[in-house]
This record gives sequence, structure tokens and C-alpha cells, in this order.
Amino acid sequence: MNTTNILLAGVGGQGILLASEVLSEVCLMAGLDVKKNEIHGMSQRGGSVVSHVRFGEKVYSSIIPEGEVDILFSFELLETCRYLPLLRKDGRIVASNWKIAPPSVALGKQAYPAELTEKIRSQFANTTIVEGLDIALEVGNAKTVNTVLLGALSNMLDFDHALWLTALERMVPPKLLEINLKAFAAGREVK
Amino acid sequence: MNKVLLSGNEAIARGTYEAGALVACAYPGTPSTEILENMVQYKEVDSSWAPNEKVALEVGIGACFGGARALVTMKHVGVNVAADPLFTLTYTGVRGGLVLVTADDPELHSSQNEQDNRNYAKFAKVPMFEPADSQEALDYTKLSFEVSEQFDTPVLLRSTTRISHSKSAVVLGERPQQIPTPSLKRDPAKLVMLPGNARRRHYDVEERVLRLEEWSCDQPFNRIEKGKGEVGVITSGVSYQYVKEVLPDADVLKLGMVYPLPKRLIRDFAANYKTLYVVEELDPFIEEQVRAMGIDVIGKDKLPICGELTPGRVAKALFGSDLPAENTADLPQRPPNMCPGCPHRGVFMELNRAKAYVTGDIGCYTLGFMPPLSAMDTCVCMGASIGNATGISKVLSAEEQRKVVAVIGDSTFLHTGINGLMDMAYNKSTATVIILDNRITAMTGRQENPTSGFTLADQPTYRVDMEQLCKAVGVEHVKVIDPYDIALTRKTVREEMARAELSVIITTRPCMLVPRDNLERRNPLYVDHELCTGCKACLRLGCPAITWDEQSKKSNVDKIICVGCKVCKQTCGFDAFQEIEA
Ligand SMILES: Cc1ncc(C[n+]2csc(CCOP(=O)(O)OP(=O)(O)O)c2C)c(N)n1
Repeated sequence: MNTTNILLAGVGGQGILLASEVLSEVCLMAGLDVKKNEIHGMSQRGGSVVSHVRFGEKVYSSIIPEGEVDILFSFELLETCRYLPLLRKDGRIVASNWKIAPPSVALGKQAYPAELTEKIRSQFANTTIVEGLDIALEVGNAKTVNTVLLGALSNMLDFDHALWLTALERMVPPKLLEINLKAFAAGREVK
Repeated sequence: MNKVLLSGNEAIARGTYEAGALVACAYPGTPSTEILENMVQYKEVDSSWAPNEKVALEVGIGACFGGARALVTMKHVGVNVAADPLFTLTYTGVRGGLVLVTADDPELHSSQNEQDNRNYAKFAKVPMFEPADSQEALDYTKLSFEVSEQFDTPVLLRSTTRISHSKSAVVLGERPQQIPTPSLKRDPAKLVMLPGNARRRHYDVEERVLRLEEWSCDQPFNRIEKGKGEVGVITSGVSYQYVKEVLPDADVLKLGMVYPLPKRLIRDFAANYKTLYVVEELDPFIEEQVRAMGIDVIGKDKLPICGELTPGRVAKALFGSDLPAENTADLPQRPPNMCPGCPHRGVFMELNRAKAYVTGDIGCYTLGFMPPLSAMDTCVCMGASIGNATGISKVLSAEEQRKVVAVIGDSTFLHTGINGLMDMAYNKSTATVIILDNRITAMTGRQENPTSGFTLADQPTYRVDMEQLCKAVGVEHVKVIDPYDIALTRKTVREEMARAELSVIITTRPCMLVPRDNLERRNPLYVDHELCTGCKACLRLGCPAITWDEQSKKSNVDKIICVGCKVCKQTCGFDAFQEIEA
């Protein structure tokens, strides 16, 4: 079995690190070798955050070799674009349509780039855009966006549904489990 | 076998526990910090934050002289601070095992330089292990304690950001049932390093390096992995993983111990190949030693010295493979920023307005360098702000002297700033010092320090009284202010800058991310667009909660992230910022 490479991208505070924990735990429970790697030093401070997750029979580097990302799993639209060059030509994308203004945009010095979804789709046909925040709000908690997105991602991977649920049970605080399970189910409905 | 996913740092903590250590001490620093944060779960080990790396190492040395195994951890630059005890500890040797973790940061993900601490192993003549994943991080930690005792030497364990912060599967072991009881044992000829004793110990150190070198040639941590036999590669640490990706068919000599090098093993290995690579991050550390043995290799003539390696960078350097171009076209960058409600923000806005020349320091407040605050002129190393302010004031005209302000955080001040302040008082400097006391070491993820009133294990303890401390070293003018009060901040900054004598301003707001210090609930604000004139004065704060709306030409507040500090309200001349009543 070849190694599968998933690159998670977004902005500090969006719950990327928890999502990559859940994903890695699922891989481990499925009996695969897995490595995960992230730079999180600045995550608290609203900077870009990426996390690499690789799984297969035997994984060496925890950094995904450049240009070999199979799935770009992104939580913010502009960040999605930033990492497009790291994808394989036939790579797939699961991305949230959430837009978070970087400082230069917030200060009115630059505009948030227009028509990003169209640009992404024109380069990568196999793109699923998830209205993550809207779905999370419908579920009843804006903070479950990351779980909604995980639900959407799970459709692309060959793991038992039960493994996802077990991983969520392990990693999500008990108080928030029920709403996260709902969020995950809602994410799985996205096609 | 049950496997768990652990980061390199979690694995080092676990390895320390499984090695039967009794003491762990550290000063935080990315990427090393989580090691001690994870030690706390192992109640059998006494784990604590020291005020700096030198103290941390000295505490570890004391414990090891008492016969206990001790772990000391720090980031790469921390070893510079701890170098003094390290370079003599190598002469005394140990009683209980002592392992010093140096967590290096190739690529400077979160550091002020990119030094390669493998050089310290050679310089201090201390053996160094270098793990390549989390399982090795755990195994080599235990091994380091054994080697420390077996060879009577401190041992360096080198991690890098990609080892410390990567997770991979690990099989856990157990802590030994029997751990030797520490006790007093006098051994002055070995532990009192006066010249007469130290002179003799130096011979022991040199002999120890030779013994380690010979021994390591036959140890499983220095192993050869057979490929197709055409090319050979010598590598270690995280670089090993990239070699396996990029040169899957090569024969690989993977070094688990990078100092001293197993010369016999290397010579035997190298004899088999016309093409021999040394693949290592940063300095040509292995390469130079292998070349000194008279063996020709391909190394830094192709591979970069600056920056970290990645599979793509190794492939590009060795075979000229293309790296995908970065997608920079029209994409705004997303640099880190101070948090909404950060108590540092208003101080920097005022320093900018007062046109201060700010000798800066290291912490969250270094972000005061970024626009629009743009109020930092120097930043060298922890504690440097104060000495730098003293020095530059010495050479300026009286008028320019007034502009000089040193800005330093509480943790950094207690780390190595206090000595500088003593010098200022003693030698009558006229500069102004601002201590941003948010009661926590925020930059590295909010670790307790002597200003917090709490220990690493979250136990209540004494708090340093900053004001009294400054007065005690001889500072006459000490002003204590609430940095959320902008008028007071402005007035105090300007008055103390104008004063032709040394003065210290201490700000007292705690970091707004520390729940125990932020019990008071504050309502978020909104902008009343009837009152907002679009003057953009509030944008000077660079608060992530305030955004400019191009359509209405007015500011807005994001009520989800606003914490209600009201600093923006005080920058607005039109009273447009209003509280959202709960
Ligand atoms: C010698 C050394 N040790 C550790 C670090 C890592 N480090 C960077 S800033 C910092 C302390 C920041 O705390 P403080 O001065 O209180 O400022 P704050 O971030 O809370 O504003 C530390 C430990 C370093 N850069 N250099």
C-alpha cells in the first residue's frame, strides 16, 4: 500500500490541530503506520497553520514530499490557495468556504482576493467546497466547524465509520461529544 | 504490542519516567517546552521550571550529585546560557545519570538564530544522541541515562523541531520497580573543580571520548541498512527519514550517536562506495570529521547549510529535481499578531507615538516590531534589551539619550534582565526600562514563572515583587501602571523618557489567555457607525478584532474575538466604540 498524504491548512484557532489528531488516531486504529507533523509555535497568534498527516504500511518522513499531497484539507479559503502548489496533479481538495481576513486586509491595505473558489476548481476538478461555518451553526455550535469538515473528509477515505466515532469519543471533551457527533454526521452529508 | 501516538517531546518525557529519573528541570523554549509540560503527569518525578537555563542545569547537576537521575531541557540557544556549568560538568562527570536535551530549530520556525548544537557535543566533549522519530526519542532517552552512568559523563540528547513536534507510533515500557535512594556522598577530588583537580580530570575526559568512540562502533544505535549497494549514505536524526524517501535503494549508515563518531565503523562502511553522501541538516558536522579521516564525501557542496531539509530539498540538492514554486501571487501573508486584548498593544502604540528608540527583547512583545505598531529597533537575545539600552545611551547626545527605552517581559527580565538592571543602577544609566509584567511566560505557550504565583504543577507559591526588586537594586523611579489605561500609559512613558535619570515602568495586566488571572467578565464592543468618522485612528492598534470595512468606510469589531479591553475606545476621538450589554 502506498503512503497517503493529507495536508491540513488554515488559521490559528480554527481547530486544525484537533482535526489532525483525530485523523491520525483513526489511521493508527486501522493498523497503519502514521506520522503527523505541524508547526504550531504561532498558532495562537492568528498565523497560518499547517499540519501534515501521512499514513500507509511504513512512513518515513513526517513532512509530505513537496508536490505529493493527495488531499488538501483546508479550513480557510485563502490558505487553500497558498498550498495548491504542493498538491499532486490529480490531487483532491476538501475546503471550507470560510474567509478570515489577514491583517493587511483587516487594515484596509489589501483586498481579500476575489473568485478563489473558481480558481481552485479550475486547477483541481476534484474539489469539494464545504459551507463549514453555516453547517456548524445549524448544528448549534460555531466551534464544531472542524468536525463538520472531518465528516466531509471521511467520505474520501476508506476507514470504517466506527473508527471515526471512536476517535472522536477519545479526543473530544465529554461535554462537547454529542454536538461534535452531530457535526460529524452533518459533514458526511456534504457531497 | 499496544502502540500510542506520541510527539518526540512526549516520548522524551516518557523515556525519562521509564529511566527512573527523579528530577526534571527546564526553562521553556520552542521546540523543547512540552517535554516538561508532559513530565507533570509523572508524579514520581520532581519537575519544575527554573528562571533560566543555567539554573535549570545547575539544579539537575545537584540532583545527579545526590545520586538521582536528572533530566534538563532547553531550546538550542538555552544551551548558550547553560554553557558555563556544562563545560565543567563534563570534567566532574556524574553520580546519577544526567541528560541534557537540546531542541534545535533548523529553519528558525520560532527562534532568533539557527545554531547547530551538535557543535556543543564536540566542544564540551560530551556524547550526543540524535533520535529520528518518537520511538527513538523514548529509547535514546533511556539509553542516554545508562550511558551517562556507565561512562561517568553528562549526555546530550539532540532533538529538532521536526522530531519534537512530530507524532509517530511508540511502544511504551515500564518504570523500574527499584530506584537507588539518593544520599550524600563526598568526593571532592572529582566534584571540586579547582585547577589541581580539574587538570587531572581533563585527562579523564579525553580518555572517555576515545572509549566512547570505540564502544559506539559496535552498538545497535549505529546501524547499517543494506540497499542495492551502489551508493552509500551517512546520516542521522530527521535527515535519515528524508534519505529513506529520496534514496530508497542506497546503503545507509544511520548514526544514533553523532558524537563521538564511530570512526572504525565509518571507515569500513565508506570503503564500499565510489559515491558516498553525508546528508545532515545545518552545519557540515559529520562531513568535516569524515573528511578529516581522509574520506571524500558529497555533502555541503550540494546540500544547503541554511534552513531545514525536506524530502524535496534533498532531492533538489542531490539530483536537481524541481521544487514546486510557492504560490505567492496576490496572496496576502498571514503573519502572527498580538492577541485581541493583549496588554502589550497599547504600550507599543504609545512608544511609536513618542518616537522612542526601543531596544527590544524576546517574547510576545517582539511582535511590537510588526506594523502598524512598528516600535522595536533591536532584538538580540533574552535580556539584551537592558544592556543594549545602557550601551547605546553611553554614546549618544543628551537629547538622543532620552529616546532610548528598553522593553522586556517579566520572564525575560528574571531570566537575564535583572543583572542588566543592576548594572544600570550601579553605573548610573539614564535610560528608561519598561517591564511588561503579564505574570506568565506567554510566548512559549504560557508557562508559570516566579511572577505567576504558581508552579509548573499549578501549585500556589511566592510571587516576585517586581517593584521592590527594582528598588532593591537601586532604581529610584519605579512607576507601576495599568497598560489598559492609555492616557496614563502615554503620560508615564513621556515623563519617564524625558527624565534624565534611570527609571523603570512596570505594567501589571496579566496575559488575557490565562483564565485564572482573567476572572472579571468584560463585554465585547461594537462600532456605532453613526459616530465613526472613518478616521482610522483605531487601526493604529493593529488589533485582530478591528477590521476596516471598505464599503462603509468605517471600522468594525468582530464580537466573537473581542475581549472588551477597551483600549480601542480610548484611541477614538468620537466615542464610536460602545459596549455590547450582555
Ligand atoms: C535563551 C533563550 N531561552 C528561551 C527562549 C524562548 N523564549 C522566547 S521568549 C521567552 C519568554 C517570554 O516571556 P516574557 O518575557 O514574560 O514575555 P511574554 O511572551 O509573556 O510577553 C522565551 C522563554 C529564548 N528565545 N532564548
